[in-house]
Amino acid sequence: MSDSMTVMQERDIRTKTIGQKIFKILGKTGTYAFLLIMALIVLFPFYWMIISSLKTLAEYRQAIPTFWPREVMWGNYVEAFQTAKLGDLFMHTLYVGVVSTIISLVITVLSAFAFARLEFKGKEMLFGALLATMMIPGELFTITNYITVNNLGWMHSFTALIVPFLVSVFYIYLLRQNFMQIPNELYLAAKVDGTSDLKYLWKVMIPLAMPTLISITILKMMGAWNSYIWPKLVANDQAHQMITNGLRNAFTDTTGQANYPVQMAAVAIVSAPLFLVFLCLRKYIMQGVSRSGIKG
Amino acid sequence: MVENKQQWKAWLYLSPAIVLLLVFTVWPIFNTLRMAFLDGYGNMAAMGGQTFQFGIANFQKVIAYDKFLDCLKTTAILCVATVPISTTLALLIAVALNSIKPLQKTLQTIFFLPYVTNSIAIGMVFATMFNIVNYNPVAQTADTWGIINNVIQFFGGTGISWINQGSSYTANIVVMIVYIVWNALPFKILILLGGLQSINKQYYDAAKVDGTPKARVLGRITIPLLSPMLAYVIITGFIGGFKEYSSIVGIFGEKMGPPDDAGRLNTMVGFVYDALEKDRQGLASAGALILFLIILLVTLFNNKIIKKHVHY
Repeated sequence: MSDSMTVMQERDIRTKTIGQKIFKILGKTGTYAFLLIMALIVLFPFYWMIISSLKTLAEYRQAIPTFWPREVMWGNYVEAFQTAKLGDLFMHTLYVGVVSTIISLVITVLSAFAFARLEFKGKEMLFGALLATMMIPGELFTITNYITVNNLGWMHSFTALIVPFLVSVFYIYLLRQNFMQIPNELYLAAKVDGTSDLKYLWKVMIPLAMPTLISITILKMMGAWNSYIWPKLVANDQAHQMITNGLRNAFTDTTGQANYPVQMAAVAIVSAPLFLVFLCLRKYIMQGVSRSGIKG
Repeated sequence: MVENKQQWKAWLYLSPAIVLLLVFTVWPIFNTLRMAFLDGYGNMAAMGGQTFQFGIANFQKVIAYDKFLDCLKTTAILCVATVPISTTLALLIAVALNSIKPLQKTLQTIFFLPYVTNSIAIGMVFATMFNIVNYNPVAQTADTWGIINNVIQFFGGTGISWINQGSSYTANIVVMIVYIVWNALPFKILILLGGLQSINKQYYDAAKVDGTPKARVLGRITIPLLSPMLAYVIITGFIGGFKEYSSIVGIFGEKMGPPDDAGRLNTMVGFVYDALEKDRQGLASAGALILFLIILLVTLFNNKIIKKHVHY
């Protein structure tokens, strides 16, 4: 009697665990299916950009679209490069990006060092005031900066693209937090040894804060690459045009008759460097973004 | 003596940052306020020696201007539609990502990809996906339907004009919502997944012991513990939404609308820049201040609602 009871109970438990297992597998399958479908949706525009960029115009225009180009047209890329003068645009953007990143890093490191290590009157107040400016939307600054740049005679120059954005309060804040984690004893020990501030900064603090500095560099370069509004306002001429503005201006025809394969090739060329940088420095970018909460 | 030396050095190190901030951050705050309250202020006219009266005429003009209300309407619609959709989707994706082991890193990278794109460039890709060539609405024919219409037709629907000549405002807005949500997902997923990974596993073990169903775990453990991050992505989502501009330029070009109705999709930020470029800085300043005020109010309102539901 008691024997059959336990057998029945055991069977009960077994069916229950099998049921649970099936349920669990179904749940996992559902989760993966959902994620894969979403991933396909996210990736689709990139896929469409690349295959469209390789089609002939005639194939692109077909009523029933092809999902793989019948004839691979690498020539579209050459044409895109020439039509949009991408070479010049690359050089302008690279110049603005590199120069503003270097100067910006120097200014940020010096300020963050002063806030993190040195004692001076009004330090807390000044730092608080700086942080307060972060709440104001950028559009408010743009209006006056447009006038300032105009009155300084900087219109249509790289100076106008670089100087107004050299200081970012957020980067100073980020680096100061990082510097504060480095024990003060190191600084005092260096002082005793007679090491100068700058040497200490260069030999100790900068190497220790490298991940933050790399994040700042990447975000700053991405900023130059993606900037559109400010360059459009102050330097949208041939000699200074940035890559995003050049791309948009080269293909303004929205009537539907445009040569879309060439346009997609241009978009692919402009997007490629960002992807390469992302794939190589994924960790720093995602770290930087999750801390900063800004669109690069 | 040492103290004094440090003082002097600190200000020396800070001087480049302070000079630049004074010119490009502090001065603009005061000057923008000043220009907003000088009736009809324009820089060129001011340089020419013209003086302006103090008053609130700029604000009156901005509000009375019918296109400003259109801009406000478009901005508000985009905001209200995209923030809930992208937040919900991001939450579901983050929870799903957090529950799997194999492929997690790969999928995470894929979901982050839209972030490292240029919103103008990829906007052009979305434009080609929605683009329709030589559409005839009566005969229901077109030379090229565009891949989105192809998909709709595959499932038995009829293609429509999304962004071209003769497209409706609703169709334009739908395209913008799709694009903005696609663009907003990566940042939200990143923040929410980070939050999920920092939740103490003990809560889930306790739920497992009690045999709590999955949906209840999500509603009673995950979402409450994630609420600070949810609040953060919702607030930044609204702030970003009210500043929407370049995603529209990406799809529609600088005309900010379909070819037959330029400016139809203009936003608040677009309005400010239009006024700025036409040397009507007083009007632009007033518009920017109104935008700032709206963002402030929406953020305070969000905070108030969120305070009731967020568990820190």
